[in-house]
Amino acid sequence: MTGQLDVAPERLDGAALNSIRGDFPILERTVRDGKPLVYLDSGATSQRPVPVIDAEQEYVTGHNAAVHRGAHQLAEEATDFYESARERIAAFVGVGRAEELIFTKNATEAINLVAYSLSNATFSDQPAASRFRIGPGDEIVVTEMEHHANLVPWQELCRRTGATLRWLGVTDDFRLDLSADALSTVITPRTKVVAFTHQSNVLGTVNPVDVLVDAAHRVGALTVLDACQSVPHQPVDLIALGVDFAAFSGHKMLGPSGVGALYGRYDLLEAMPPFLTGGSMIEQVFIDHSTYAAPPARFEAGVPMTSQAVGLGAAVDYLQQVGMKVIADHEAALTGYALAELSAIPGVRIIGPADVVDRGGAVSFLVDGVHAHDVGQILDDAGVQVRVGHHCAWPLHRRFGIAATVRASFALYNTMGEVDALVAAVKDSQRFFGVG
Amino acid sequence: MQMEKLYQEIILDHYRTPHHHGLRAPFDAEVHHVNPTCGDEITLRVKLDAQPDPRPVDGAAPDEQSLVVTDISYEAMGCSISQASTSVLTDLAIGRPLTDVLATLDEFTAMVTSRGKIDGDEEVLGDGIAFAGVAKYPARIKCALLGWMAFKDAAVRTAADKTQLEEEFG
Repeated sequence: MTGQLDVAPERLDGAALNSIRGDFPILERTVRDGKPLVYLDSGATSQRPVPVIDAEQEYVTGHNAAVHRGAHQLAEEATDFYESARERIAAFVGVGRAEELIFTKNATEAINLVAYSLSNATFSDQPAASRFRIGPGDEIVVTEMEHHANLVPWQELCRRTGATLRWLGVTDDFRLDLSADALSTVITPRTKVVAFTHQSNVLGTVNPVDVLVDAAHRVGALTVLDACQSVPHQPVDLIALGVDFAAFSGHKMLGPSGVGALYGRYDLLEAMPPFLTGGSMIEQVFIDHSTYAAPPARFEAGVPMTSQAVGLGAAVDYLQQVGMKVIADHEAALTGYALAELSAIPGVRIIGPADVVDRGGAVSFLVDGVHAHDVGQILDDAGVQVRVGHHCAWPLHRRFGIAATVRASFALYNTMGEVDALVAAVKDSQRFFGVG
Repeated sequence: MQMEKLYQEIILDHYRTPHHHGLRAPFDAEVHHVNPTCGDEITLRVKLDAQPDPRPVDGAAPDEQSLVVTDISYEAMGCSISQASTSVLTDLAIGRPLTDVLATLDEFTAMVTSRGKIDGDEEVLGDGIAFAGVAKYPARIKCALLGWMAFKDAAVRTAADKTQLEEEFG
C-alpha cells in the first residue's frame, strides 16, 4: 500500500508502522557488512517516502518548466505545481494565506533572509522600511541553545548595524532561563528581534513560545522562530503561536534537500526590503533603478527550486495522512523508552530533560570515558546511525563544559526495536573501550 | 567486528597513556587548532633548535646547521584517534631534524587520506602505521590529522621566524 494509507492509523505500531516503513525504501538496506540500517539521525536529515520521490519524478518527467515565466502550457502547469505546493505547505503549519510562505533553499537561508532584509532597511528609500531599521543602541536577543543557523546570522546583523547581541541562558535542567528576572533583564525596550528555537536540536527541549512571544511583543520586538525540529514532529500552528517569522527546512520533514520555507506575517513582508535581488522579484526595472514585487515573489529572486518544492508538498501530504498527533505520540513513546533505557546504563548521562514533558525526540548523551566520536564509530559498526559532535550548537555545548555529544533522533518510521539496538550498541562501546 | 582494525591496540595504548603530554616551556610557537565538525581542540607548542646536521649529505659541510625538533608539548581535548595520533607524532618527531619530520608527516597524511589505497611505510611511520584503518572512515581523517596539522603550522611559523632572524641579524 505504498504511499497510500487507506485509513489514518490511531497509533503507529504493528501493521501501521510496518506499512509506513514500507514506504521508505532506504530502510531496507544494510550497512557496514550486512547490518540492518538503524537510522536514528532524522534530526539531521530525514528519509524520504516513495510518494515524495514519485511526486518529484512526476513533475520532472511530465511538467517541468520555469515557473512564473512564459505563457506556454508547461509553464502554466509548472507554476500550478509550485503554487499548489506553497498552499499545502502553508496550510500544514496553520498558515491560511499562502503569500505568507516564501520558499528558500533551506532554513538557514530563511533566517538570513530576515536578518539581511532588516539590515537592508537601513539603506532602503521606501518609507515603509524605516520601521525595520536597526542600529547602535538596539539589541537582538537569541538563546544559548540556538543552532548556529539561528545565531550566526544575528551576530552578523549586529556587526553590520552596530546593534548588540543579548541572549537568554540555559538552566542546569536544560530549559531556557525564563525567570521574570532574566526575561526583564534581557528583553527590554531596546530589543528589536527575539530569535529562538521551538525545539532544541540537541536537548530536545520544547520552548514555551507564548512566553517569549509575549515578552517580545510587550516591548515591540519582532519574533523569529526556528521551527526546524518541531514542524516535522508535532502539530504546529504558526498563526496560533503568534510568531512574526518562522523558518523550517524540507529535508528534515521527509522532503527533498534544497528547499526550506520562511513564514512571515504579510504586513511585515510587505514593508520589508528584499534580500536577494534579480529576476522574478521585480515589479518594474529601469536602467538605473527598480521597484519590487509584492511578497512572496519579492523574496524569491531567480528561477526557484521547483521539483524540491513539489516534493515537499508531497511530504506534508504524507505527514498529514499519517497525522501529526499520531506521529508526535509515537515519537514521544520512542523518546521515553530511549531516555529510560539509556539513563539506566551506568556511565551514561543524558544531556537534556529526563522525561518527555515539553520535550521532543532528540536524545543527546555522554558515555563516561568514551569520546562521542568513538561511541558513534562503534554504533555505526552495529548499523546504528547517529550524529556525534556539537550538532551546530557549540555555545550550548560550552555551556555544559562538553566538547561533543552523541545524539539519537527519531522520526515517525522508527521502532522500539531500533531503540534496543541503540542501547545494545552503547553498551558495546563501553565494553570495547574498557569502561562501564 | 571491523573495529579492532580501526582501533588497534597501539592506538588505544597511546589514548590511555599519551606520550609527551602537557604544555612545556621553553617553546618557539604555540598554536590552537580545532576540528570544527566535532569541536575537538588542541593547543600545541613547538621548540626547534639549530643543530649540526647529524647526517650531512651531498657534500654539505659537516658543520651545516639544520633545525631539529627539540620538543613538542600539547594539551588536547578529543577522541581516541586524535589523542593517540598526536601522541605518536611526538614520539616520531622529538629529537629529529625538521625536514625528516615533515617528510614523515607527508607520508602519514598520504596514508590516512588514501581511502585505503596507500598502506604506509612502517619504516617511516613507526607506530603511525596503526592509523592505516582510519583511511577507510573519511569522517575520522580530520581526527587523525588534528595534532599533525597543528604541529606543521607551529613548525612552519617557527622555521620562518628563525630564518628571518638569521637573515636580519646573521
